[in-house]
Amino acid sequence: MEKFVSVEQANMSFKTKGGSFVALQDINVSIREGEFVTLIGHSGCGKSTLLNMVAGLLQPTSGVLLCAGREIAGPGPDRGVVFQNHSLLPWLTCAENVYLAVERVFGAGETKAQLKARTLKALDLVQLTHAADKRPNEISGGMKQRVGIARALSMEPKVLLLDEPFGALDALTRAHLQDELLKIVAKTGSTVLMVTHDVDEAVLLSDRIVMMTNGPAATVGDIVAVGLARPRERMALVKDARYHELRGRVLEFLYQKQLRPAA
Amino acid sequence: MGAAILTHQNFGHGAPAAGATKTAAAPPPEVVDLPPPVRRPAPLVERYGDDIAGFFRGAIPVVFGIALFITVWAIVSQSSTLPGPLKTWYSAVEVFSDPFYRKGPNDQGIGWNILNSLGRVGIGFGLAALIGIPLGFMIGRFRFLSGMAAPIVSLLRPVSPLAWLPIGLLVFKAANPAAIWVIFISSIWPMIINTAAGVREVPQDYLNVAKVLNLSEWKVFTRILFPAVLPFMLTGIRLAIGVAWLVIVAAEMLTGGVGIGFWVWDEWNNLNVEHIIIAIFTVGIVGLLLEQALMLIARRFEYR
Repeated sequence: MEKFVSVEQANMSFKTKGGSFVALQDINVSIREGEFVTLIGHSGCGKSTLLNMVAGLLQPTSGVLLCAGREIAGPGPDRGVVFQNHSLLPWLTCAENVYLAVERVFGAGETKAQLKARTLKALDLVQLTHAADKRPNEISGGMKQRVGIARALSMEPKVLLLDEPFGALDALTRAHLQDELLKIVAKTGSTVLMVTHDVDEAVLLSDRIVMMTNGPAATVGDIVAVGLARPRERMALVKDARYHELRGRVLEFLYQKQLRPAA
Repeated sequence: MGAAILTHQNFGHGAPAAGATKTAAAPPPEVVDLPPPVRRPAPLVERYGDDIAGFFRGAIPVVFGIALFITVWAIVSQSSTLPGPLKTWYSAVEVFSDPFYRKGPNDQGIGWNILNSLGRVGIGFGLAALIGIPLGFMIGRFRFLSGMAAPIVSLLRPVSPLAWLPIGLLVFKAANPAAIWVIFISSIWPMIINTAAGVREVPQDYLNVAKVLNLSEWKVFTRILFPAVLPFMLTGIRLAIGVAWLVIVAAEMLTGGVGIGFWVWDEWNNLNVEHIIIAIFTVGIVGLLLEQALMLIARRFEYR
């Protein structure tokens, strides 16, 4: 399908004390099935707002958002969301957190044993079966984020939405999880929309990078197609001239064309 | 103490040396001559020293505080009709030696008095929880209900609980339900207010999870709202039981019947001041135990 997810002429404005604040203007983005697209831009440019609109948590002021040919009217299990701050429920174990999602999507047609098997499969995908019975406060930040990913994937969503999923992690853990995510996406063939402010992360993971201009009234500034072959290897890419060229293009956009006046 | 630390250090030096030679390719024969380290249990002071010291650091001021209190009490009792600590103690031993006697409706053991008071508090407080907690949830969840309840709650909450006693007597036409009514009305406010505040404080992140997972209202309640609000609810319950136990003494003084409050008033009429002092301590200790029990329960539900 050419346009699996599409955002057409979307505008978003918020009411504030000083009147209406236009956050996003004339946004047009489309994602093909199985494609990995990242949204990159300076903080405050509205990239998370756009992701929340695709998630259905926010409704556009005008314009249309479609997912698999249907209009996005609200949140739904066809779009799995991973939040920046993991958002696991602290009173449930990792397995129970995932089970909550599994039960919601498959509970009507499957037995408890099947639902449990799905939960374990999802945890296995992020290599956390050993932490299934642990509470979120007993595991590390990286592990929490992996449980968040497992929860989103367990619903077998049509699209995986990642809102700066590794933003709160240290550099080493982040690199490790990026590699994991590459493998998971290769295995599941997921369609992914990810918000990030990390240029290396964007180039490493994406098929296309949607670069956003600064707000207010932010819009899509440019789109870079990352033609790097998959599977990708972090260490091999370091020596790849094309990797550096792509990285340079994104950096150029962010730091020359869209430089913030001392944020 | 010093010797204990020294032996400990000797072990520390001996063990890694033996381990290192084991891993070496060819262990020199003289290593075998080393005396095998004997594992003696560490001396008591070393094992529990910190605990004991910590306990004393905590206990000494408490002991001093109580000693000072009793001293002041003894001095004051010398120059007034107030019974002194020793006299009260002998009286307490007598009272508590037979707590469950029954000699007619107005003369029963202190055990019966305490149990009757606890029973009233239990019923009034339980009814308040049964009504106050769900009410708190609804007020916290729905802005309209919150707007409806706000003026009533803020108007009635500061009213002294005993002011409700005549209303209770009028409606129920009996002393016992009226006392329970006073407990009910005084302990319902903290439960409503804290539960509602807890519902309002549920982190938006958790509600977003509920939204993206599209959870049913029932699942949102059982998996997200209830566990998130529970600590707030328990705070409300703790405050409520404190108020309830505070109020029962006063209520029973006015309504009579068997109970610790009535007992205080009865002993005042008998001019038995030792018993009044015993009652004061008993009320304090029971209140403290109730509070501690609820703290224990609350601590089980802490997640972070």
